[in-house]
Amino acid sequence: MENLIRIRDLAVRFHTYEGVVHAIDDLDLDIRQGETLGIVGETGSGKSMTALAILRLVPYPGKIESGSIVFSDRDSGGEIELLKLSEDRMRSIRGNKISMVFQEPGAALNPVFTIGDQISEVYLLHRRRELGYRAKQRVDRLLSDGSGPAASVRRPFWRWQSRLYEKIAQESHPIEPRFLSRIPLFKRLLWRLRDEARLLTVDMLKDVEIPDPARVAAQYPHQLSGGMKQRAVIAMALACSPKLLLADEPTTSLDVTIQAQMLELFRRIKVDRGASVLFVTHNLGVAAEICDRVAVMYAGRVCEVAGVEEMFLHPSHPYTKALLDAVPMPGKELQTIPGALADALNPPPGCRFHPRCPSALPMCQQDKAKLKEVSKDHMVACHLF
Amino acid sequence: MNALVDIRRLKKYFPIVGGVLRRPVGMVKAVDGVSLTIQRGQWLGLVGESGCGKTTLAKTVVRLLKPTGGHIYFDIPDEVKAEIEQLESLGKNSGKLASLLKENDLGIFLGARVRSFRRRAQLVHQDPFTSLDPRMKIKDTVAEPLRIHRVLSGEASKTAVKELLGTVGLSAGQMERYPHQFSGGQRQRIAIARALATKPEFIVFDEPTSALDVSVQAQILNLLKDLKKEFGLTYLYITHELLIAESVCDYIAVMYLGKIVEMAKPEEIFHAPLHPYSQSLVAATPVPDPKRRVGRIVLHGEVPSPANPPPGCTFNPRCSRASEECRELEPPFELVSNDHYVACFHPL
Amino acid sequence: MSDWKLMARQLVRNPLSLMGIIIIVVFVIIAIFAPLIAPIPEGHRDPYMIPRDGYSAMPRPPSEEHIFGTTQGQYDIFYGVIWGTRSAFRVGLVVIGIVVAIGIVLGSLAGYFGGVIDEVIMRITDIFLAFPALILAMAIVAVLGPSLRSVMIALTVVSWPSYARLIRGDILQVREEDYIEASRGLGASSGRVIIRHALPNAIYPTLVMASLDIGAIVLSAAALSFLGLGAPEGYADWGQLTSFARNWVVGPPGDSLRYWYAVTIPGLFILFFVLGWNLLGDAFRDILDPRLARR
Repeated sequence: MENLIRIRDLAVRFHTYEGVVHAIDDLDLDIRQGETLGIVGETGSGKSMTALAILRLVPYPGKIESGSIVFSDRDSGGEIELLKLSEDRMRSIRGNKISMVFQEPGAALNPVFTIGDQISEVYLLHRRRELGYRAKQRVDRLLSDGSGPAASVRRPFWRWQSRLYEKIAQESHPIEPRFLSRIPLFKRLLWRLRDEARLLTVDMLKDVEIPDPARVAAQYPHQLSGGMKQRAVIAMALACSPKLLLADEPTTSLDVTIQAQMLELFRRIKVDRGASVLFVTHNLGVAAEICDRVAVMYAGRVCEVAGVEEMFLHPSHPYTKALLDAVPMPGKELQTIPGALADALNPPPGCRFHPRCPSALPMCQQDKAKLKEVSKDHMVACHLF
Repeated sequence: MNALVDIRRLKKYFPIVGGVLRRPVGMVKAVDGVSLTIQRGQWLGLVGESGCGKTTLAKTVVRLLKPTGGHIYFDIPDEVKAEIEQLESLGKNSGKLASLLKENDLGIFLGARVRSFRRRAQLVHQDPFTSLDPRMKIKDTVAEPLRIHRVLSGEASKTAVKELLGTVGLSAGQMERYPHQFSGGQRQRIAIARALATKPEFIVFDEPTSALDVSVQAQILNLLKDLKKEFGLTYLYITHELLIAESVCDYIAVMYLGKIVEMAKPEEIFHAPLHPYSQSLVAATPVPDPKRRVGRIVLHGEVPSPANPPPGCTFNPRCSRASEECRELEPPFELVSNDHYVACFHPL
Repeated sequence: MSDWKLMARQLVRNPLSLMGIIIIVVFVIIAIFAPLIAPIPEGHRDPYMIPRDGYSAMPRPPSEEHIFGTTQGQYDIFYGVIWGTRSAFRVGLVVIGIVVAIGIVLGSLAGYFGGVIDEVIMRITDIFLAFPALILAMAIVAVLGPSLRSVMIALTVVSWPSYARLIRGDILQVREEDYIEASRGLGASSGRVIIRHALPNAIYPTLVMASLDIGAIVLSAAALSFLGLGAPEGYADWGQLTSFARNWVVGPPGDSLRYWYAVTIPGLFILFFVLGWNLLGDAFRDILDPRLARR
């Protein structure tokens, strides 16, 4: 299967007042076409940072120091090295080919704009040509169907609009509209673009199963519940049919029953749109629910990557096993992992997990293990293998 | 044996004020008639989603909030409770009733009685990052209850603090540090040490592990198990994660929109829930087993606001089994089988 | 508190705050060693009265006897500004000290208990805030009779409402924190909660404002003295000295800066004093703000 994203040797470091934090160290990861890959880890594992690094949104004082992230875009053919793109080109990818959904649904929404406006903004930014094309079609219909004195007066105006939108359909930002949009009064002449965007928005809201989408589009974020806000954010992310959807703990702050609805939605999205999803979570249950493959991270490194059934039935890395044992299940003894999470400023040398590992070997203190294949499509980074 | 905590028809309403004159225009019925008992040594789990009123219930039980109605009996003999119930059912507002209540109903205790109650019952907050005073060294934080109740002071107090820290798995050498120098799990341990200082009998936990990682959560849960055994404690454990409740609790109560809808042993809630809401809660909880997918019983709609609960059974708008009766009358909370209570007209 | 050590380090690192600290330290040294720097002349009773060398109205320029010259009435400027440092500190620290104390008491009562107590206290502060500060101060001084003590009383009366408000606001914010509720849950009395928990966490913005204000208070005192409503004539006070120079700011035509020393030197002392406290206050704010946000 083709790889949509190929991450190799990624290193992200934070240069803080107190020292250097290795948020991600030597990361190798693949995201395949049409799959849902889960990244599971605890605090400091680097799971959220991985998603941010793909979109080059790592916050200051963090920096992507080395490595490569290759994005294979089937449509435009060819592979793009994301870490070498200019900021302009990166912007054209964000929200368009690769988009992201965050943990707090309220935080991603601007409280002073309506939901509809915010989703329309995505269309206006990335799908201008399509909007222009649709607008032109609408005007052309008016030209052919319109009759009566009112129509004949506006005919020349419509013809001019048709030409205008044709230009936009061809090259997104031709000179006249750009010039027009700078003059406040004339900006309104491009209102058809906004209208088309609104129609697409309502369709999108329907797609994410928001009831009464037209009404919701006119509402402000504070008028919606958590689950609805998260759906709206997902609508924003899916507006341009991205190839990859990054989801950073999107259901953590939601109630269990709402989370179940949201997971159903994610499943459907994958099937309907053929997008890949990178699902970051700390909840192993959610990962088992929704992912095709799962990667477990600890202290900035990947410990184990496998298909979801394989991972839960035959966990191989000691950390994965310990993590599964620590999940409370009815009728099961809770096993704890001795020690505490690796100190971000002074991680243990060699394998980061060795101080807490029940089967640590002497060599674990010196060398960190590389990912090796232990069975079909099952990679583990551990000296025991 | 007496129940340690006996809550009868507890209500906690918050007024909504509006208009220029700030008159109450409505009520948020956070807790709307909850009755439950906790036996000595029991670990009762209270499970519910956000907005169901579980945190309000927790805070009211330890008198951080004053109840709007109902009674809370803490370690009161059965005969006294029976007498009160009898006088109440007679309807007359007698002086005897009032004085009995003043002596025995935690809900209306004042001053010194509340203070002495506080030595016997404590609350551990949800967020370990805000429940400790950031400007106090943790040795002072843990010693504070000893100082407030004038139990110990000076050297004896210092020894007690060292002991308490040891009990929760922290070393005495860290006594002089400040909260921000500890991790989330450690801070929660400090909060637990503080709660244990006056040797209470009853501890209420408000989602103590929801802000913590999985591995840290396991450590805290095991710590709670050990402490309970060592000190013979009684727990009321609030959580929104059914899996945790099922793993550690002796008994589970499921709460929805201010009311308890079902109460039973963990195995029964997990394998044979009787209330449709409990059933959907169990079905919606993801488990780390790829074979067991979230059930098709996906609830539709959103949780109604507690300021405007639906008439009749509060669950009826989202219930697949709702009938006319459910829309008009409130189902009584009754014993259905061995230790299993449900409030439903059409239990599963 | 290890907090203080970190804060001290940050204070010293920032060049502006370092300058502020140095300025204040210099002034402190001047104030402490005033008798050594500007010795009290023989037979002089009150060290705060500036010695006069004659009675001529015209100021004399700096010379060997009078290092900074003399001002109207032949008062020695050097002596005046050196001993004026002591007055400045006295006015600033006493006023701020009392004002912060009143503010803490009233502000915490209003903020913590709310309800009727809050309303009453807030309405009282409203009444005081309704008057323009300097005018109210002038009126108070006029009633009590001009003296440095009246100035201090007037400034106290005029400044306390802002502090009560500030502390009330901060206490309101802190009141909702979990650890306050936890303390109540342990059985702590309201007094204990306020004194041991709420105030230490809410006091930082007040400290910032207080240090900024010391300079402002001294400036206001100087203004009142300049208008003649402050210290008695001949008292060692910077405002007094500028008041003497009132008629000599501009010299005779053709030589307008002849008497520059009369107004400039006391003015410079005021300027640097206020600057030092302002820099210090700014530095405090920069250090404490992210801390406040972090917590």
